[in-house]
Amino acid sequence: MSEQMRIMRSKELPEELRDRIVARHRSGQGYKKISQHMCFMIWFCFGLFCSCELILFLLLTGDGMNAYMAYKVSTQTSLTMFHSKTFTVRRRFSDFLGLYEKLSEKHLQNGYIVPPPPEKSILGMTKVKVGKEDPSSAEFVERRRAALERYLQRVVSHPSLLQDPDVREFLEKEELPRAVSTQALSGAGFLKMLNKATDAVSKMTIKMNEQDVWFDEKIQDVENEEQHMRKLHVMVESLVNHRKELSGNTAVFAKSVAMLGSSEDNTALSRALSQLAEVEDRIEQLHQEQAANDFFTFSELLADYIRLLGAVKGCFDQRMKAWQRWQDAENMLQKKREVEAKLLWANKPDKLQQAKDEIAEWEAKVTQYEREFERISATVRKEVIRFDKEKARDFKRQIIKYLESLLNSQQQLIKYWEAFLPEAKAIA
Amino acid sequence: SFFPPKLFKRQTLCDMIPLVHSVSVDLNNDASLVIDIPDALCERDKVKFTVHTKTTLSSFQKPEYSVQRQHEDFIWLHDTIVETEEYAGLIIPPAPPKPDFEGPREKMHKLGEGESSMTKEEYAKMKQELEAEYLAVFKKTVQVHEVFLQRLSSHPMFRKDRNFQIFLEYDQDLTVRRKNAKEMFGGFFKNMVKSADEVLISGVKEVDEFFEQEKNFLLDYSSKIKDATAKAEKMTRSHKNVADDYNHISGALNNIAADNNTAFKKHLEKCAEVFEKLRKVEDRMASDQELKLTELLRYYTRDIQAAKDLLYRRARALADYENSNKALDKARLKGKDVAQAEENQKQCLQKFDKLSESGKKELTSFKARRVVAFRKNLIEMTELEIKHAKNSVSLLQGSIEVLKSN
Repeated sequence: MSEQMRIMRSKELPEELRDRIVARHRSGQGYKKISQHMCFMIWFCFGLFCSCELILFLLLTGDGMNAYMAYKVSTQTSLTMFHSKTFTVRRRFSDFLGLYEKLSEKHLQNGYIVPPPPEKSILGMTKVKVGKEDPSSAEFVERRRAALERYLQRVVSHPSLLQDPDVREFLEKEELPRAVSTQALSGAGFLKMLNKATDAVSKMTIKMNEQDVWFDEKIQDVENEEQHMRKLHVMVESLVNHRKELSGNTAVFAKSVAMLGSSEDNTALSRALSQLAEVEDRIEQLHQEQAANDFFTFSELLADYIRLLGAVKGCFDQRMKAWQRWQDAENMLQKKREVEAKLLWANKPDKLQQAKDEIAEWEAKVTQYEREFERISATVRKEVIRFDKEKARDFKRQIIKYLESLLNSQQQLIKYWEAFLPEAKAIA
Repeated sequence: SFFPPKLFKRQTLCDMIPLVHSVSVDLNNDASLVIDIPDALCERDKVKFTVHTKTTLSSFQKPEYSVQRQHEDFIWLHDTIVETEEYAGLIIPPAPPKPDFEGPREKMHKLGEGESSMTKEEYAKMKQELEAEYLAVFKKTVQVHEVFLQRLSSHPMFRKDRNFQIFLEYDQDLTVRRKNAKEMFGGFFKNMVKSADEVLISGVKEVDEFFEQEKNFLLDYSSKIKDATAKAEKMTRSHKNVADDYNHISGALNNIAADNNTAFKKHLEKCAEVFEKLRKVEDRMASDQELKLTELLRYYTRDIQAAKDLLYRRARALADYENSNKALDKARLKGKDVAQAEENQKQCLQKFDKLSESGKKELTSFKARRVVAFRKNLIEMTELEIKHAKNSVSLLQGSIEVLKSN
């Protein structure tokens, strides 16, 4: 980073300029275009829209069944809309769900892809609350923490959602009013909401006359991809389980070899066998770590994207709803015109004015709904393109991370076996 | 039938799976009698082994033979040797286990059931897996039958056995002979040994330090090695499951990639390719571990049992000797049949001494043989594991490079 750039980043933009930039961004321009128009250096504007970094930590507060997990959300940012550069707040799981509820209420109908939160899990949480000290609880806790972290990161990396004051409040505000109606937004609730939209769509009697074949193709792609991803997810879960099994069986085998070694009466062979037992013990560790990688790097990525693809489908459904609204308005307008025609023919001048008023009302609605439909179509299109880019980036990053974990594991394996080889050769 | 009769040649097996021939060493070193199993025919799950012999011994009518034998023929040969009184003081090479195609058969069943719900690629992959597993079982069974014969041929006493020669020479089916033998012996002695050995062996009041130590060692070691074998089998099974999962994941990734046409597609395809290749490596790792370690443990579990059987026979001989002493005392007391009792006692003592002398030699060489075999297998296994891991490393490094540069 050049000296100049660093200096510029520390200066705050004048408010008027900031507003202009934000306004342009809201209208759908990317930062590159904006900077071209505003004649600013690209990296300066990047500083403005640079996502915040969040980390979540855990603490368990309260006792017994009233205990709840509190998450410390730490944000680091250079964005000027926040009160400071680093800040930490405490949030509960229901707060995250509450955030989703607020965001989806506002933005879903405009065709935005609102990232879905992780699902509620009564069983998992109960075990933790009761203080069960087993590895599955620890895993559940970490799983949830990581999922919430990824959820928030997706929210803040969405340029429009980041501007939402509810997001800012969530990240900054000391105390948040307790979100109560989050029942609807637990896993089952979320699905129910999506299904309602889908039901509305399937009840449509007229098939949508798709002007833009892009949408037809895209929704099909999304459906296919979701199906394939579900299958892949099942297989990765199978891998996680088998690797855990392998880890367990390796540990058991190691013990057995150690016993065999102690029973062996040839000294050198006895030592080699106990060394073999140690190697197998270390390999068991490797398998365990790899299983965790299989899960957190690969499996959870797929779980996230299955939920996200559901959200994308929801987006398309919203567009359908908007289209339906427009069509319904067109039908109503048509009906009103028919009424007017009838009145003219029946020569009832007093009712005619009312009819004319209603026609004007519905003409306005038709225009409004048509415009809304076009706007939502544009938003959906933009959102999907952005989503695809992020998905490609996400997968690439995670795949590389995952392959690197496998690589590390294999390199360790070589080290262990190479250390054992002289022991095997020493048998006489 | 899914698998029509297939002729598996040694060469084919070598190509598919690394040739392993080392659970027992120092076999086939003597050119006067060289035996191998160059190929085998598999019909359903009946295996017909081609036993090939090359010999310079005058006791054989021809210098070279090639005969077809089934598993039951091997068992017959083993049993007749066990029943032979002359060999009581020797460790009798353990009988090869029955060819076990249960694993592949199960898989084949699954394949048949799930055929309608699979894509062509998935079906092809599963079929591939199935064939590999089938070959692995096949290879193991050929090896274990071959080693049995080679143990016999490399032993100074067994190689001269009349039934062994018949087994190698007789160019007709041995089925008739087998049936006759069963009627004669009925496996009586063998069954007795299995059920009573522990009790009798541990009950012996041992005067000889060597045998005392051997007894304690064998009793302890045999249960430990049995346990280790079972645990190794479970571990290898899990390892194979992981390799299978890689295979399925690769297929699923390709499915997603097929419907895409962006950078996303390329990443997925690369990932699918990596999984496909990794699967082969993991599979090799698992099967090499099985062939070198699990098979070794399996084999020596059986061999330890054979050593225990020897101790058992010696313990029986000792018991017989002690009984004959008692009988002699009784006869002397009564003044009747003394000469007979004396003769009996003398014979029992002779038998016991013979067994002890021969037993000591056998058990000592067994120890050495075991240590050498473990050493060879552990070294080979380690070298193979390192080789496979290095393959994985270069594969992964290459793929990560490609993905990062895209």
